[in-house]
Parts: sequence; C-alpha cells; structure tokens
Amino acid sequence: MALLELKDLHVSLEDGTEIVKGVDLAVGPGEIHALMGPNGSGKSSLAYALMGHPAYEITGGEALFDGQDLIEMGADERAQLGLFLAFQYPHAVPGVTVASFMRTALNAIRKARAGGEDDPVPVPEFRKDMLAAMEHLKIPRELAQRYLNDGFSGGEKKRVEILQMAMLKPRIAVLDETDSGLDIDALKIVATGVKELVGSETGALIITHYQRILNYVEPDFVHVFVDGRIVEEGGPELAHKLEADGYEAFMPEPVVGSEA
Amino acid sequence: MALTETEVVGGIKTEYKYGFHDPEDYFFKSGRGLSHELVAAISEHKNEPEWMRKFRLKSLDYFLARPLPEWGGNLGEIDFDSIFYYIRPTEKQAESWEDLPADIKNTWDRLGIPEAEKNYLAGVGAQYESEVVYHKLKEDLEAQGVLFLDMDSGLREHEDLVKEYFGKIIPQNDNKFAALNSAVWSGGSFIYVPPGVKVEMPLQAYFRINAENMGQFERTLIIVDEDAYVHYVEGCTAPVYSTDSLHSAVVEIIVKPGGRCRYTTIQNWSNNVYNLVTKRAVAYENATMEWVDANLGSKLTMKYPAIWLMGEGAHGEVLSIAFAGQDQHLDAGGKAVHVAPNTSSIITSKSISRGGGRASYRGLLEVAKGAEGSKSKVVCDALILDEESRSDTYPYIRIDESNVDIGHEATVSKIGDEQLFYLMSRGLSEAEASAMVVSGFVEPITKELPLEYAVEMNRLIQLQMEGSVG
Repeated sequence: MALLELKDLHVSLEDGTEIVKGVDLAVGPGEIHALMGPNGSGKSSLAYALMGHPAYEITGGEALFDGQDLIEMGADERAQLGLFLAFQYPHAVPGVTVASFMRTALNAIRKARAGGEDDPVPVPEFRKDMLAAMEHLKIPRELAQRYLNDGFSGGEKKRVEILQMAMLKPRIAVLDETDSGLDIDALKIVATGVKELVGSETGALIITHYQRILNYVEPDFVHVFVDGRIVEEGGPELAHKLEADGYEAFMPEPVVGSEA
Repeated sequence: MALTETEVVGGIKTEYKYGFHDPEDYFFKSGRGLSHELVAAISEHKNEPEWMRKFRLKSLDYFLARPLPEWGGNLGEIDFDSIFYYIRPTEKQAESWEDLPADIKNTWDRLGIPEAEKNYLAGVGAQYESEVVYHKLKEDLEAQGVLFLDMDSGLREHEDLVKEYFGKIIPQNDNKFAALNSAVWSGGSFIYVPPGVKVEMPLQAYFRINAENMGQFERTLIIVDEDAYVHYVEGCTAPVYSTDSLHSAVVEIIVKPGGRCRYTTIQNWSNNVYNLVTKRAVAYENATMEWVDANLGSKLTMKYPAIWLMGEGAHGEVLSIAFAGQDQHLDAGGKAVHVAPNTSSIITSKSISRGGGRASYRGLLEVAKGAEGSKSKVVCDALILDEESRSDTYPYIRIDESNVDIGHEATVSKIGDEQLFYLMSRGLSEAEASAMVVSGFVEPITKELPLEYAVEMNRLIQLQMEGSVG
C-alpha cells in the first residue's frame, strides 16, 4: 500500500482561488517521485497543503498517510506521523540555536511516537548523532550554535533543511524546490540526503522545476504538473525529455475567459 | 474552609503552578487597614530604635498626603483598608528548614528552595508574609566578613551601617509607594560585602505571600564595598485568590568604586497581586551595577530599576523582560542617570504581550550637565502574540550635556503565521512553537542568567503559553 496517497485532491487559497485542481498521486515505501512543473503551476501550494499550512484549504478529494486522513490534522500531527517538508524558503527563528531547535523537534516527534509519553533523546546520543549528520552533510560545526536560519546563506538554509530531515527520519519527505539556487556540491549533498533516507519504509517526493537534481538522484516516477494538474507520468526518461523539450508541449492552450 | 489547590487555581489561570496556599497558623497577624497606631505597633513589636519609629511615622504622613499616581497602570481599585499590613508567621527565624512549621517547610520544598541552596547558592533568605522565616549564609563567606541578614536583623546588629544608608538612596517621600514601604516595611535583605571580596555564587532571597489580602513590604539594602562583587537573586510567588494582594518593596543599592553588583529578579506573582516596587542603585568610580529584571506575573507591575552613575567610569545595565498575559498589565523598564563624566549605560527591554495583556516599556535616560563623554544605548523590542494584546513604549530622554553618545532603538514585531507553521511542521504543537519564538526573543537576556534560572525562565514562558492557544 502507498504511504502517501492523494485522490482527486483540490486545494484553494483563502480567497477561493483554486490552485490544485484534482491530483491523484501515490508514493510508496522505497520510491522516489519527482513532481516537475513550470513556475506558478501550483507545485509549492500542493506541498504546503500536504503539510497543513492554514492558508491552503483542501476543498475536495482525499489525502491519506498510511491510510489515515490528513485533512483534519494540524501540521504538528502530520509531522509526528512521519511527514516532512523541506521548505523552499525556511524561516528564521532568532535566539534559538540550530542544536536547541533540533533537539526540541526531535523530542516532540519521539514523544508522539512513544504514544504521548516524554521520551527525550539522551544528550550525549543526540550530540553524537547530530555531529555525525553534520559532518556527513558537510555542514560546519559552528552552525549548530548559530540561530536557526538567522542570517544563513541560501545554501546553508537548504543544508540545514536536509540535516533536519536526516535527524527526524520521516517516512515521507517532500522537498520543495530544495535544489533551486544550489551549486553542484550542495546539490550532491541534498541528493545524498534523499538517497540515504529512502528505504524499505520511507519514500520521497521531490518537487522541482529543473531536471538538474535528478542527475544525482534518479527518480522511480516522474509526474509533470501544469496548472494544478498532473498532465503526464512516466519513468526517469520523462525527466530527460522535459530537459530537452521544456514544458511547452504540456502547457494548456490559452483560452480567453476560461478562468474566473 | 480552605479550598483545595485545584479549586483555588481552577478557572482563574490554570497554568500558574504556585497558586496553592497553606492554612494560616500565625504567631501574629495585624488587623486590616493602616493607621499611625499600627505603624507604631509594628515598630514596637520589632523593638526598633527611636529614629526608625519616627522615620516610619513620618513616612506614613507622606503616604497619606500624596495622591495616587495617575500614570502607569490603574491603581484606583486597590483597597488600602482591606489589606493586612503585617503578619509574623513564626516566633523565631530558623537556620534549618527542619525547624519551620510543617506547612511552611512544605511550601519551600514545593518551590525548590532547599534543593537549590544545596546545589548552587551561597546563601538563602526565605520571607513568608512579613518576616524572613529562614536565613543562612555559607560559613566561609561569614568568615570573610560578608553580611547577609534579613533587614530587621541588619538593623539590630549593624545599626550604624544601616542608619548611614537607609532611605538615603530612595528618600521616604520619593513616591507614594516608597513612602508606604518606609512606613510599614518588614523583612527583606541586608547585605554588606567588604572591600575586595567576590561572592562567586549567588545569594538568593525568596518572597512568598500566603494570606489573602496580604501586603508584603520588604526592604532591601545592599552595600558593595570597593572592588567587591555580589550577585543577588530574588524570586517571588503567591497563591491565587479572587481578591487582591499588594507587594510594595524598596531596594537600595550602593556600589563603591571598582565594585560590581548584579541584581536578578524573576517575578512570578499570581495574577491578583499589585507589584509596585522602587529599586535604585548608585554606582561610584568605575563601579558596575546590573539589574536583570524579569517580570512574568502580577495583575499590575510598575517597576523601573534605576542606576545613578555618580563616579567617573561607572557603568550601568538594565535588562528587562515583561511578559503580560490575560488580565495583566506590566509597566516596566529602567532608568539611567549620568551624573559623572565618561559613564556608560545600556538599557535593553524585551516585552511580550498575549491574550489581551498589556506590556509597556517606560524608561528614563538622563545626562546631567558635566557628564561629558558619557555613552548610553537604549533598545526596546516588543513582541505581540495576538490581535487583542497591546504594547506601548514611553522613552523619556533628558540630555543637558552636548558631548555625549546616545542611541535609541525600538522595534515592534508580531509572531508570524509562517514562522509558527515552519516550527509546527517539525512536530511542535502551536504552544510549543510560540514558546520557542518567545524564548528566542528574550534570549539576549536569559543568556545572562545563571543556567538554573535560564532553564526556569524558559519553563515559565512555556507555562505562560500553555492554555493561551487553542
């Protein structure tokens, strides 16, 4: 059975504008999916809606995680179930160090997994795991004591997103344009992070505009997303085709007056 | 009949942990209300010298003559006639927790004071109602000539020293509530640190109100002699009652040349306590005075710790936190008065309001003529957690000297939905996420606290946030 399953999912903004117009998608354990689409197609809105952002309302269809209905859950409950979103624009939290934030988040997830009982990670174990993960992702040690995303470069923010993913060990990771603005070294690190996460019980959904990251992490499935819908599906070869031909072939014919 | 803890706390402020109270079994309790007879009786009861009796009675005249301040918060609802101005819970002060009545000892245990004393404090004074019921200083400090006593014992045992400074930094007619304290004061701390002595671990005083309609008026005097150092920490809590209590302290501090004093407050009164406190320090040549003033509790707080920079090269800092929740008005801040040349001061204020609470920064920066080469920086940041809450800034600046370097910055921010969503997407509940943003906001101040108090501060912030969301 798929871990993450979307059935005819519709998403609207608070003002009623429909952004996602009926999406069917199933991500199973061990699978890497790529959702590719041009700017403004609604990819990020789909990611936010999946994670439970209050500004994106699911107006129709189903979103299931391991068979459980996500729609009524808060973002925190979704995270506790094992859903993770790597943000395109991670937010700064001045005064809270990366290490302190990481430990608080890890303990919140552990508590949920222990059925609501406090189950804090022992500090030496946390320290060891965190330092190992940072070294692996080529994140300098001093970053652990800096305030979360406060004054970070774009590349630092993205690496710290991947660090969070590695530490929290989600079952489904959604990466929202994590590859944008990264140099080749950083891109390889992100790709490594995804490959290492995905296993017999975990899957990933990589949302991207470009094929570039897929050179380093080969997707099992590629979905082409245009104007709120999946318009084409295939294997890794579809990504190469997109790289060569662009999205034009999938764009809808402009029809005057077709949108309210 | 006494209510159970749950009954007292329930429905008023569920997240306040210290709202319980003990049954009253007191050695002496005055009647309600204030009079010359009561003031004379307190003095007589304490067997004070004649000058102190006169000082008290004169102070009462000043209190009665002065109108209530019309600025700050709403003071009009204080019923001065219903307050108990003096309660002596035990006949004698204890030097061992075991010697206290069981209920009172139990209260201190629940507040964690004996445990803290064992682990990281150099001395402890524990005031319950009007009197300090427990007091102890580590022997090695005693041997070095450090005095740490309750104020009443200080007056009895070191009358000359007390007489030299008492009421000199804060005159008895300084303001209405300083006059009230001067009339009915009881308890508080008396500290003297001899020249060159550095007290490495903090001295802690803890103030507990237990009775309903209690008025607590502790009086503290700290003298840090040349090149000496002391860190004094005070904490305070009270039961939750449906009627109000009054806490009105006066704290006077003298830091002699080259000395340094840090005074840390973690104020966590229940939401039925008026907290109207006057705190002022004088710092002489190259001395340093630091007020770290964290306010989370009370119905209304009006408190502006002040530093008078009297000697060249003196430095003063005020770090102020005010966290106002539902039905709370915290009017806090700091004052720096530069009298001597080449003095410096920093005032940093962080205020947070939520649940309809109101947090205000009120501060004074004054540079007198002749205080040339002085520097001062005032930074006040406000964080507003919801639409119902309010934040105000009242910075008063008076500069009578042209050769000075003055900076003032103020920011107001609201907790962002995007920031909360980001943190919640990592598994934190809304309350945990908000508490994390608030903890980060006050971090420049909590990092100045000893570790144990920083942990306590963050825990109190979490408690303030719980029940505020949802």
